[in-house]
Amino acid sequence: MQLALSDEERAFRDEMREFFTTKVDEDIRRTVAEGRELTKDQIVEAQRTLNAAGLAVPRWPVEWGGQDWTEIQFHIWHEEMERACVPTPLAFNAGMIGPVIAQFGTEEQKKEFLPKTANLDIFWSQGFSEPDAGSDLAGLRTTAVRDGDDWVVNGQKTWTTLGQYGDWIFTLVRTDPDAKKQAGISMLLIDMTSEGLEVRPIQLIDGGHEVNEVWFDNVRVPGENLVGELNGGWGIAKFLLGNERVGVAPSGITKRVIARIKGLAEDRFADDPLLRARIAQLENELLALELTTMRVAANSLDGKPHPASSVLKLKGSELQQAVSELVLDLAGPAGLGSGAGDDSDLTEWERAAGPIYLNLRKASIYGGSNEVQRQIISRNILGL
Amino acid sequence: MDFLYDDEQDALREATRGLVGKAYSDYENRRQAVKDDPGFDEQQWARMAEMGLLGLPFSEEDGGVGAGPVEIGIVCQELGRVIAPEPYLTSVVLAGGLVSAVGTAEQRQEVLGALSAGESVLAFAHDEPGRGWTAGAEKVTAAQDGDAWTLTGVKEPVPHGARADVLVVSAALPGGGTGLFLVEGATAERTGYPTYDGTRAAKVSFDGTAATPLGGPGVDVTASISTVQDITRVMAANQALGAMQFLLPTTTEYLRNRKQFGVPLSTFQALTFRAADMYVSLELTHSMVDWATMVVAKGDPVEVADAARRVSLQVSTAGRHVGQEAIQLHGGIAMTMEYSVGMVMAHLTALDHLLGDGGHHLRELAGAVTTYEALDPLA
Ligand SMILES: Cc1cc2nc3c(=O)[nH]c(=O)nc-3n(C[C@H](O)[C@H](O)[C@H](O)COP(=O)(O)OP(=O)(O)OC[C@H]3O[C@@H](n4cnc5c(N)ncnc54)[C@H](O)[C@@H]3O)c2cc1C
Repeated sequence: MQLALSDEERAFRDEMREFFTTKVDEDIRRTVAEGRELTKDQIVEAQRTLNAAGLAVPRWPVEWGGQDWTEIQFHIWHEEMERACVPTPLAFNAGMIGPVIAQFGTEEQKKEFLPKTANLDIFWSQGFSEPDAGSDLAGLRTTAVRDGDDWVVNGQKTWTTLGQYGDWIFTLVRTDPDAKKQAGISMLLIDMTSEGLEVRPIQLIDGGHEVNEVWFDNVRVPGENLVGELNGGWGIAKFLLGNERVGVAPSGITKRVIARIKGLAEDRFADDPLLRARIAQLENELLALELTTMRVAANSLDGKPHPASSVLKLKGSELQQAVSELVLDLAGPAGLGSGAGDDSDLTEWERAAGPIYLNLRKASIYGGSNEVQRQIISRNILGL
Repeated sequence: MDFLYDDEQDALREATRGLVGKAYSDYENRRQAVKDDPGFDEQQWARMAEMGLLGLPFSEEDGGVGAGPVEIGIVCQELGRVIAPEPYLTSVVLAGGLVSAVGTAEQRQEVLGALSAGESVLAFAHDEPGRGWTAGAEKVTAAQDGDAWTLTGVKEPVPHGARADVLVVSAALPGGGTGLFLVEGATAERTGYPTYDGTRAAKVSFDGTAATPLGGPGVDVTASISTVQDITRVMAANQALGAMQFLLPTTTEYLRNRKQFGVPLSTFQALTFRAADMYVSLELTHSMVDWATMVVAKGDPVEVADAARRVSLQVSTAGRHVGQEAIQLHGGIAMTMEYSVGMVMAHLTALDHLLGDGGHHLRELAGAVTTYEALDPLA
């Protein structure tokens, strides 16, 4: 048991801190700090800066740009990135399809896609969910039928985050309609400029455009874009979703939001014991979460995730939501100024508080809803 | 940074688990042990001394073992798992800790030597009716006549106060501040009674009772009391963690085995989800307890005070959650004295109220939220 970082870990932390705070564009970091939406160009630029320094995809295999780090180093990398308000590498690329291609792809696919995926030369979208296949993902109905060397895809995906920026989409499609649910699913990589593919915006309750429907009308996909075995898509999806779940909770971001609001709104809570208590309570819960993230990292020495990692998504999303609720409460009536322009006398954080609060209701729905997380804990960990 | 135990620490855990498990893993034994005074098993106390557990925190010159907070935490966790009724926390960690912190070399050797050897039980007589969770004393006062000191007033409730051979008593000093005194247990007027978690407490009255100043006479030791209380809070958190680590698997096993409506209870998602939430509470608490214990090992009293508040708040919230749900998910059986779960919940409740509950610590933390920007547990 050792609380302090070792000398090497400390040096590594300083190196990360130095890089993130001096080499990543100031404007981008300010946009993140102020909780504003990043443009596509900003997302791309930030990831390219990281990638040039070998810091975009450290968890990938070393030969494809990964780093031979300890779990603590991964943890420090992530913490320092969030602390410096650097946008974390695009999850669809760095956390989802990259590791999948590295694990299941052919040599050609690896050579073709991995460098571009790491550098965000390809902006990936995730095409899993469908209108009738959410938590029960295996109920998906989008079909791919073989025609010569190609697949012909028909159907609809939905909730496609940032699909409007997407160059390519990795999809789960039904390739054997007669097989049992999970058994007839394959993974296909689809160029989003293909004929017959259409992206339609969905407006969310914050008024923003962050997700889309993606429609496939006889979209032809070259046969070599199948990942892994034919009808082996479910195993790949489980691998991907497993990585997604153990992907650390955004405790660093949430912590930063509290720190920022304490600075901006001290006059609102300085004399209010109830608000002060809410802040203290949230900070304490965040501390417990952050320590759990560290304990999980420090105890995952053999590469296997510590069982407590399931706690991270569940608690991390709850705290993210609770903090956004607190910020909106601090804004009070000023929160109604969400549609005001720059001539408004209200501050920017006050105007943003309402939409952010509404937007973050998503955190307990996507990435495996919190009910699904409870199911995982009770089944896989508690044996119920 | 790491959260792993070394081999010696693992061995200590195994040995402690062996000893207390043999005594109390059958809950019926615990129930029998607390039936009659003194509310614990004197022979078990002697075995704990033999194994070196009672002297764990104290230096070798003082007759102890000189182990660190991580080791003491391990012992407390294991005691918590079986809710062993022996007064380790209040006698060794708290009262012994005070003697170790402020006693003269001679006092330490005598009092801690006897404590470590299992020859003497200590109690800290501190809480006063109407006052609690403070570092100072008010209603018991000390008077000085030349070199002789006497105490007057009532301390209650004093954990294991009626059984204690030696009382460590806090008292308001004539010149202001709080001093500590040693009093022969038998010279005070004592009325013992059982507490709701099966252990014992007492009303202890002093009426011009002779007392020996612990450490320098007339010195205000409020700060030392505060720090030892903080360390005890962290060890109480370790003990509570052990109790919660018992409650969760006991509850899940029950859900798997108990059948209603022709099926095991574990088929009802309304119940398994609540068990999952208990797991979340438990794991978050585990991390916080490990951290706070490491902060104690680092030794800065200001940091220890902060960590003690934080871990106490977490443990209070989680202990109530896990304890209450453990009973609810068991149904009626957990309401009975014959079954372990209800009494483990009672013990968690007692620990929660020993040195300040969650609300108490939250009030302190809330007062300080504007004094720092963000918490950094590695700073
Ligand atoms: C903002 C946002 C972005 C998203 N981005 C993407 C994306 O980029 N790509 C993509 O593929 N998908 C994306 N998703 C989809 C997301 O993964 C699904 O919303 C999620 O899987 C839940 O499915 P659902 O919305 O259909 O709800 P349902 O599955 O219909 O669930 C409804 C409710 O029932 C609960 N529930 C479901 N099953 C159970 C059960 N067995 N036991 C107990 N409770 C249960 C759920 O937790 C939920 O509370 C996104 C979603 C949102 C909101």
